[in-house]
Amino acid sequence: MQRTDRSRLLWIAFFVTPGLLVVGVFILLPLFMSLFNSLFSWKQLIRLDFVGLDNFKKLFTTYPYHERFFNAMKNNLTWFLSTILIQNSLGLLFGYLLSRKIPGAEFFKRMFFIPVLFSIVAVGFLWGMYLKPTGLVNSFLKLIGLASLQQPWLGMESLATPALIAVNIWRWVGFPSLVFLAAIDNVPQECLEAAYLEGVGEWKLFWKIIFPLIIPSITIITVLTIIGSLNVFEQVYTMTGLDGSPNYATDTIGTLFYRTAFGSVDAGSPEIGIGSAIGLVIYLLTFCTSLISIVFTQSKEVQI
Amino acid sequence: MITDFGYRGASNGKKVFITVALVVMALYVLLIAYPLWNMIISSFKTNRAILTTPFSLPEKISFSNFKTVWIDRGFSHYFFNSVLYTVISMAVVLLFGSMASYGISRYTYKMNTLIYMLFLSGIMLPLKAAIIPLFLLIKTLGLINNPFSVILIFIAMALPSTVFILAGFMKGIPLELEYAAKIDGCNDFQIYQKIVMPMVAPAIALVTIYNSVPIWNDFFFPLVFLQSDKVKTLPVGLSSFFGQFSTNWSLLFTGLSIAILPMLILYLFMSKYFIKGMTAGAVK
Repeated sequence: MQRTDRSRLLWIAFFVTPGLLVVGVFILLPLFMSLFNSLFSWKQLIRLDFVGLDNFKKLFTTYPYHERFFNAMKNNLTWFLSTILIQNSLGLLFGYLLSRKIPGAEFFKRMFFIPVLFSIVAVGFLWGMYLKPTGLVNSFLKLIGLASLQQPWLGMESLATPALIAVNIWRWVGFPSLVFLAAIDNVPQECLEAAYLEGVGEWKLFWKIIFPLIIPSITIITVLTIIGSLNVFEQVYTMTGLDGSPNYATDTIGTLFYRTAFGSVDAGSPEIGIGSAIGLVIYLLTFCTSLISIVFTQSKEVQI
Repeated sequence: MITDFGYRGASNGKKVFITVALVVMALYVLLIAYPLWNMIISSFKTNRAILTTPFSLPEKISFSNFKTVWIDRGFSHYFFNSVLYTVISMAVVLLFGSMASYGISRYTYKMNTLIYMLFLSGIMLPLKAAIIPLFLLIKTLGLINNPFSVILIFIAMALPSTVFILAGFMKGIPLELEYAAKIDGCNDFQIYQKIVMPMVAPAIALVTIYNSVPIWNDFFFPLVFLQSDKVKTLPVGLSSFFGQFSTNWSLLFTGLSIAILPMLILYLFMSKYFIKGMTAGAVK
């Protein structure tokens, strides 16, 4: 018995060690190193003295760090709220319509998913060209006689972030649509038919029966939206540039983090200490907000 | 089904609703299809024609732009690199991921849940936020400008979701099969290889699509670690190409077409698998 127990443990170790090693070295170790690094002062890539929470203090209270940081956070919040409200509501609507076999449902389903597969970089560059002052969008407005609406979309502080978000919704709305479609398809058909025969109206059918039953998928999409919004980087990099032009109007925590960590344009040389502090803030925000949304939506969950 | 949205037998209000919904959905389809179409026709046009007559068809079809971008501008290299890195990463992910899932789901022991949680923590933690320690680590290992820098990170990036999906599937396989194989003299690795793996083949297909699309498209890590032209992937190559030729729109549209069309063509043939695979992590 002793021997078989030992060989069993050896087998378990044999199976889990390679994967655990990779995850440990490339995911968990860097997490702890971020925390560690953020507590030191740095000169380029050389670690100097232990400074406690000074890097965080600098990030939150000293010019220009705090101004850039809160400006970027504000933009990330805009990304998050717009995505939740517009993209996920559209996704829910599309998913619902598809699940109810609206004419052409199969075709629409396949079309909606096309942009989801493209790299954000290709999508960003493509729409970046279309949104240029001489690009396709302005040409189209002229074609239909709305030349007065022509704008330098990515060059105006008030329009740049909304334009970026619109492009991102264009690329991504198919994803929540099909996740919600799968969730609604899992609701037992008899339930819907019974309610339908009872004469329950469409509106009530959706909000009272379908919606409560698909809350788990709403939780998942919300968490993915939080992670996505805090990780916005490629969209800005390809469409308005690493320094979030015009005048930092499209700057996000991701681009600010990159500039701080690797040094570029305005930030000058890399600042590992402050950069690590920003990285840690991203970790904490992702973790806490995801946790809150999971707890919040789970309390609303119902089961048949 | 009686709950379906169809015109037959629907009330007037419902007909209006269905029509409005169809118009909205058709508009989005147009909004997907037209920009892609315009991208393709623009790659055959001259710069002048793109700016002056953006909606008209190209005057003549010539593939010289494609030849310039594919061969002279090195897109064939970028493309080949992307294929190579994706295939190597996925091969290791599938091996390590399925082994770890087997070790977690087919044995009962104390550390079981802890090991599973360690893997899952990677789903919630954005790896981009760890770029500084990763950069220092890769530098220490001497892997800057070496494809293995991104391959290792891609493997780490994909393992958590692979374990999450595969362990779920493996739990569903009855243990009796395992006992029978043991009596026949199979060791644990043979059970994993000859019994469990063939049974989770559909799940393997799911995780392959679920992870290879983001790996193929990833930009951030190759941007940081692969600076020399020889080792760049397609997204990073596209990005530096945009930096160099920002005024030659005709070539830029050709570059975009080369970056986007392979995925589109693959999708047209396997759309069902792509939809199932990409939503696998979010759908139970």
